[in-house]
Amino acid sequence: MTITLDAKIPAGPLAGKWDKHQFDMKLVNPVNKRKFHLIVVGSGLAGASAAATLSELGYNVSCFCYQDSPRRAHSIAAQGGINAAKNYRNDGDSVQRLFYDTIKGGDFRAREANVYRLAQVSVDIIDQCVAQGVPFAREYGGLLANRSFGGAQVSRTFYARGQTGQQLLIGAYQALEKEIAGGGVTMYERHEMLELVLVDGKARGIVVRDMVSGEIESHTADAVILATGGYGNVFYLSTNAKGCNVTATWRAHKKGAAFANPCFTQIHPTCIPVAGGYQSKLTLMSESLRNDGRVWVPKRAEDSTKEPSQIAEEDRDYYLERKYPSYGNLSPRDIASRAAKEACDDGRGVGPGGLGVYLDFADAISRLGRPMIEERYGNLFEMYQRITDEDPYTRPMRIYPAVHYTMGGLWVDYNLMSSIDGLHVLGEANFSDHGANRLGASALMQGLADGYFVIPYTIGHYLASNKFEPVTTAHPAFVAANAAVEERTRRLLSINGTRTVDSFHRELGRIMWDKCGMARDAAGLQQALELIPKLREEFWRNVKVPGIGAELNQSLEKAGRVADFLEFGELMCLDALQREESCGGHFRTEYQTADGEAMRNDEQFAYVAAWEYAGEGQPPILHKEPLAFENVHLSTRSYK
Amino acid sequence: MSGTSSAAKSMNLTLHVWRQAAAHAPGGIVDYPANDISPDMSFLEMLDVVNERLTEGGQEPIAFDHDCREGICGSCGVMINGAAHGPMKATTACQLHMRSFSDGDEIWIEPWRAKAFPVVKDLIVNRSAFDRIIQAGGYISAPTGTPQDANALPIRKPDADLAMDNAACIGCGACVAACPNASASLFTAAKITHLAVLPQGQPERSTRARSMVETMDLEGFGGCTLFGECQVACPKEISIDAIMQMNRDYIMASATKVELGEWAGSA
Repeated sequence: MTITLDAKIPAGPLAGKWDKHQFDMKLVNPVNKRKFHLIVVGSGLAGASAAATLSELGYNVSCFCYQDSPRRAHSIAAQGGINAAKNYRNDGDSVQRLFYDTIKGGDFRAREANVYRLAQVSVDIIDQCVAQGVPFAREYGGLLANRSFGGAQVSRTFYARGQTGQQLLIGAYQALEKEIAGGGVTMYERHEMLELVLVDGKARGIVVRDMVSGEIESHTADAVILATGGYGNVFYLSTNAKGCNVTATWRAHKKGAAFANPCFTQIHPTCIPVAGGYQSKLTLMSESLRNDGRVWVPKRAEDSTKEPSQIAEEDRDYYLERKYPSYGNLSPRDIASRAAKEACDDGRGVGPGGLGVYLDFADAISRLGRPMIEERYGNLFEMYQRITDEDPYTRPMRIYPAVHYTMGGLWVDYNLMSSIDGLHVLGEANFSDHGANRLGASALMQGLADGYFVIPYTIGHYLASNKFEPVTTAHPAFVAANAAVEERTRRLLSINGTRTVDSFHRELGRIMWDKCGMARDAAGLQQALELIPKLREEFWRNVKVPGIGAELNQSLEKAGRVADFLEFGELMCLDALQREESCGGHFRTEYQTADGEAMRNDEQFAYVAAWEYAGEGQPPILHKEPLAFENVHLSTRSYK
Repeated sequence: MSGTSSAAKSMNLTLHVWRQAAAHAPGGIVDYPANDISPDMSFLEMLDVVNERLTEGGQEPIAFDHDCREGICGSCGVMINGAAHGPMKATTACQLHMRSFSDGDEIWIEPWRAKAFPVVKDLIVNRSAFDRIIQAGGYISAPTGTPQDANALPIRKPDADLAMDNAACIGCGACVAACPNASASLFTAAKITHLAVLPQGQPERSTRARSMVETMDLEGFGGCTLFGECQVACPKEISIDAIMQMNRDYIMASATKVELGEWAGSA
């Protein structure tokens, strides 16, 4: 089973590729659509929008989520906004500019054709969401408001207070509930996908665990769509929800789906610093705060323990404004995160443990007045105060970078199909649009683009181009997958060791953060590659999972996820090791310029690293999809 | 205020927690010590610590719903000393911090109590009735396609803001748990109001109000008698004014006596 990577990018000029492809793709006639059954795993922006739209088109859809309601998927936590090339501000925005900013922001490690399509459909997303009743922020004249985000010099971000993800997800969720009521979608809440099933080389179904009864069930379909989000929780501490996991994509990988660029992870610069060892997750403070907040640390390390009000203006180092004058506090995330790390490594960090920098609103409050700041960021300020017990109106916020988003994911072609026929992957779960670094307000855009405007076309082409023999759950492939899940569950429950699942997860997270976090080097990655298999071995010998399989068992749920993270973490480190360059979120300390900026190596590394699973105990096989840049000039990324 | 509150003294607490093995199993309060609790922990992190100790001691950890832990997904929610989400205003259980408690405190932790929210296990309840209320009409029918340009429909800022205030609902169920009648009026009314104040929501406004209110009753939630406990418990501070809007729309929809599914005009 050797994978061949064919991105299936349509021929012709960049701007016309998607239009041409839409016409060239085969259609499924309306009567035949209802004969097809599709599985959608995940109900976030990508999953809910896909499930609702496919049902509207007439397909039979089964949608699965691990939460108790599809409305709770983690897209809901996105705060800042969604980009679209509407050019409502008349400030020079265009599809071409959003395309260029996204390619450049991704440090030239994404596919041109996919990114251009994303920029094209971005405008439709805003129209669609407004039609659904999404209450975007508006000006007094009644038109939509915009703000700026990192990595862009135009105002193209649409927002709904600090709750944009929530509002977009509720819009998609309501569309989904309408389809559930109409019978087009069958919803399976509290169900977790634990295996992908292939019949004759095609994805034909999944095995899930009913998280209430504990029953292991099989579901058949003509195609499977994964919209299961990212793998940031491999670090244990991240801004992801506690339940976010790699299991669905990892199980698919082990069945033949290539995993692309797993080392591309995004460390978000503005999160609330860690307070103690009991910490269960990290909380993001929206990047939109950098529109009005100024980032600084003391110039001298000896001032770092002083009260911020005791540090005079001339003793403060507004390091982003100093190092990157044209983008200043709105420098892209990877750059802002690394700059914060440098300041703290330099002994100038603030707060407990010296792992924090200030984000100061004093100037903005004196310029705009407190009511304006309350209007823009009120809920974020409240959240900050609730967590830290400090008032950001009178004292600068303390922030520090934290794992936030994963650009890597299952490899997909232009049609969003993985290297397994019929397995499609949407949203954060795929690798396709953000290269080595995602710009702010682009995750929501990509999730909805994939779900509302791409997959509804491309899956029709797949269904119309293939023949589907009927399969039932009695097929040997389903029986075998079901038995494998049962056996794995039994094994986890039978170990009865001495360490909790969380203690293993914390230890893995520590290894990943130290060796494969904001800065990486070959020696550290090699150490991680020794430590992770040892930890995995101990896990399977010494983990303690109380309870039984046939009940709601949260320890068992966690154990299955951590077992997969313990395998996946190794692939991440391997990927980081082979990529001997620095680009975007992947910073190899051996490859930097004299002034500490990332040093990309386009000659050798302008490719997508797509890994093939080679079997238990076998090293994975690296495939390279070369990236051709025909429409943008590969330049050194500068925000100075 | 010095940013060094993590150095504050840890606390010893006693928890009285509702344990129930499954939906139809009998349940009861079980006591657990929670020692060495940092005031900077969130309430759920405190439960994590207790659960780690229970697991290590060979006991089953306490099951509770949680996910984002930043107050937006609506998964978490328990009665803490008789108050939905605990003592702090406008705060979900995941955002409540232990500095709201004192050394030596006894804390009673129970699931939401309502006929329409049956207990699944321990502190976890089944809130799928909320999804069915949305299915009854809590949406604007706008199939994916190419609607008009977003700015072709200006919306007065106060209307957009009021829509947003109500759209902020996280569907946690605290309003139901706090209500002496276990009414879902605030939840239902928030969605009705969000969509009723927007021009896009007008065509389905009457059928939406009638269908959602009727479904709410069918699901077994109690009636609203305007105690106002819901708006006090609501972590997103949704105003009880929404219920007035719902009642107006419902009465207008009933008075027009138009069958469900037909266009009833704006109320």
